[in-house]
Amino acid sequence: MQDRNHLSKVNVVSTLAVIENGLLDIPMIQLLDESGTETNPEQSPNIDEHTAKKIASTMQYIRLLDERMVGAQRQGRISFYLSCTGEEASTIGSAAALSDDDMIMSQYREQGALAYRGYSTEQFMNQMFSNQLDPNKGRQMPIHYGDKQLNFMTVSSPLGTQIPQAAGFAYGQKMAGKEAVTISYFGEGAASEGDFHAGVNMAAVLNCPVIFFCRNNGYAISTPAEEQFKGDGIASRGIGYGVKTLRVDGNDVLAVYAATKMAREIALAENCPVLIEAMTYRLAAHSTSDDPTGYRSKSEEEKWRAKDPLDRFIKWLDAKGWYDEKASEAFLDKSRAEILAAVKTAEKVDVAPIEDIIEDVYDVAPWHLKEQLESLKSHIKQYPEHYPKTAGRIK
Amino acid sequence: MAQMNLLQAINNALITAMTDDEKVMVFGEDVGHFGGVFRATSNLQEKFGKGRCFNTPLTEQGIIGFANGLASQGSVPVAEIQFGDYIFPAFDQIVNETAKWRYRSGGQFTTGTLTIRTPYGGGIAGGLYHSQSPEAFFAHIPGMKIVIPRNPHQAKGLLLASIRDDNPVLFMEPKKLYRASVGDVPEEDYELALGKADMVQEGTDITLLAWGAQVEIIQQAAKMAAEIGISCELIDLQSILPWDVEAVCESVCKTGRLLINHEAPLTGGFASEIAATVQERCFLYLESPISRVCGLDTPYPLAHEKEYMPDHLKTFEAIKRSMNF
Repeated sequence: MQDRNHLSKVNVVSTLAVIENGLLDIPMIQLLDESGTETNPEQSPNIDEHTAKKIASTMQYIRLLDERMVGAQRQGRISFYLSCTGEEASTIGSAAALSDDDMIMSQYREQGALAYRGYSTEQFMNQMFSNQLDPNKGRQMPIHYGDKQLNFMTVSSPLGTQIPQAAGFAYGQKMAGKEAVTISYFGEGAASEGDFHAGVNMAAVLNCPVIFFCRNNGYAISTPAEEQFKGDGIASRGIGYGVKTLRVDGNDVLAVYAATKMAREIALAENCPVLIEAMTYRLAAHSTSDDPTGYRSKSEEEKWRAKDPLDRFIKWLDAKGWYDEKASEAFLDKSRAEILAAVKTAEKVDVAPIEDIIEDVYDVAPWHLKEQLESLKSHIKQYPEHYPKTAGRIK
Repeated sequence: MAQMNLLQAINNALITAMTDDEKVMVFGEDVGHFGGVFRATSNLQEKFGKGRCFNTPLTEQGIIGFANGLASQGSVPVAEIQFGDYIFPAFDQIVNETAKWRYRSGGQFTTGTLTIRTPYGGGIAGGLYHSQSPEAFFAHIPGMKIVIPRNPHQAKGLLLASIRDDNPVLFMEPKKLYRASVGDVPEEDYELALGKADMVQEGTDITLLAWGAQVEIIQQAAKMAAEIGISCELIDLQSILPWDVEAVCESVCKTGRLLINHEAPLTGGFASEIAATVQERCFLYLESPISRVCGLDTPYPLAHEKEYMPDHLKTFEAIKRSMNF
C-alpha cells in the first residue's frame, strides 16, 4: 500500500475535482438471505452443529429474558431494563467467533455475548436486583454486567469510553504475549463521541489487536442515523484511519460469525485493529424509559420484524437438519420457569450491608471515608425506620 | 547520592520503575525517542524499547482511555499529559472511568496501577494554558489520589510510590522547579509514603501550609516573619487526596493559626477544603480566622503574572494580619 502519511508522498494531479463519499459506497456482506438460504456456500463459515445450536439457543434465551425482564420492570420489580431484540445475531454471532480468553468490552446492549460466554440466569438476576450477590455489589444500574472469570469487562454508562480502553487492553495483551484479542462493542450513536476517534486512531497507530464492533441499528434513542452522521456509515471511517474494515448484515449470523472470525485472525496475526460495522435494527425500545412510537412508525418496525435474525437462523438450522422443534419448545419452557424462579429468589436477597458503601473506592478505605461511614451508621441507628434495608444489620 | 534536578529525579524514578517491573509502560505526546518536551522521559525508549516507551497520537482523552484499558489488563501504565492545562479533554475518562473502575465492578477490575504524570503551575510566562494548577478539580473525585512533590528527592520517592500504589494516582510536577530545584537524590530504589505531609520547619506562632512550588514561597515569607519575631511552622502537604489531616490539625492546635497558600484560584480551591476541615476540628484552638493566600479568581494572565501570583509578600502580609487579629 502506498504510504500516505506525509505531504511529500501524496500523488499530484492537475484536475480540480471534489472527492465524494458516494464513491466509496462500502457493500454489506450477506451470507444468509432472509429465506434462510446461503448466498455463497463457498464463503459460509464452517460452524459445527454444537456451536450452531448454542448460538440459536442463546438467541432464544436472550429474547425470552428480555421479554420477561421488561415485564418485571413494568411491575416495578426492577428499576430499569434494556432489551437487545433484533440485534441478537450481531452480538451472539460475534461472541461465538471469539476465544474465551478474548476480552469483551461492551456498551450495554450485548447481554447476548455474556450469555454465550456462560453467564447464568441467577447471575443476571443478582445484578438486575442489585442484591448483595451482585458482583458489582449493587452499586450500578441494572444491565451493567461484568464478570472477571468470563473476561467480560464491567459495563459503564458513559458512551464510547470503552473504545480507547479496548485499544489499551489489547496493547497489554500483546505486550504480555497472550494469544488473545479484545473486542469493543458500541452503537452508531456512540461512534459520534470523541472517544471513538481517539480509540480507533490509537489502535491503528499503536498496532493493537482489537476488534471494533459497531452495532449500527439505525437509532440512538430517538435520533435516527441520518441525524447522527453524513458519511457512509461507520465503516467508511475505518478506512480513513487506515483500519481494515468489513460491513456485514447484522441480522445474519453466518456473516457476523465469519466476519468476526476473520477479524480475529487478522488482528492476532498482524497486530492491528479491525472494524466491523453490523447493519441491524433496534426492534426494541431504547430502554424501559423510552417509547419509540414517539419517533418512528409501526410500518418501519414491521419491515424489520420480517428480517428477524432468529427466524432466519432457525430456517438455516432446520435446512441443515439440526433444528428440533420439540426440543426447542422444551428449552423455552425450562428457561421460562428458570427465569421466573430466579426473579423470585433474587428479589428476596438482601442488599449489601451498609459498611460496603465505602469499600472499593480505594484498595483500602482512607481516613475520611471511615469517618463518613461511622457518622452515617450512627445516623441510621438514630432513624432506623427511615433506612429499613440496612438499619437492622449495622455491626 | 547524586545531585539531580527535579526532571532528572523523575527520569531516574521512571528508569528505576521500568527496570524493576517489565509491565511498566510510559507513553504520551512526544515522550518517545525525543524524550518529552521537558526531557523527563529521556533515553527510556533507547533503554526499554519502543514497546514500553512510545509516542501516542495527540489526544488526551485517548491517552487516558488507552491507559485505563492497559491498567485494567494488568500492565502498569505511566501516562503523560504534556501540560496540566490540557488534562481537561481526559476529564471524563478520569472522573467517570479511572476513578470509578474498582467501585463499579465490585472490585473485580481495577485501574489501580495507573499513574498520570503532568507538569503544572505558573511562574514561567505560560499564560492561560501553560500555567494552571488543576488539583482542586481532581480532589473532588473519589477514587483518585493526587500527589505533588516540591524537590528532586520527593519527586523520585513519591513517583515510585505512586507507580506502585494500587490506586490511580495523578502526579503533578511543578514545572517551574524542573531545572531550578536541585538536590541530593539516592541512586537506589526508595519510596516516600503517599497521604503524608512533610514538616519543613517547626514553629510556634502560625502554621503555613502549601505544596509544590509554593512551598518555597511560604519559606521566603517565614524568613521575613522571623525577622520581626514571628515563628512559623511550615508544612508541605505533598498529597492532596487523601490529605494528612492529622499532621495539619496537630500543628494548628499547637500554633492556633493557619495560612494556606496555593497558586490555583481561591474559589473552590483546595484551601477551602482544608480550611473548613480545620475549622471543624480545631475550633477551640483557633486564635484568628484561617487565611487563604491564593491565585485570583481569574484565568491565569500573562502580562500580570507577577501580580496574580500568591507570592511571599502577599503571604507575609497575611501572616501579620493573622498575628494582629
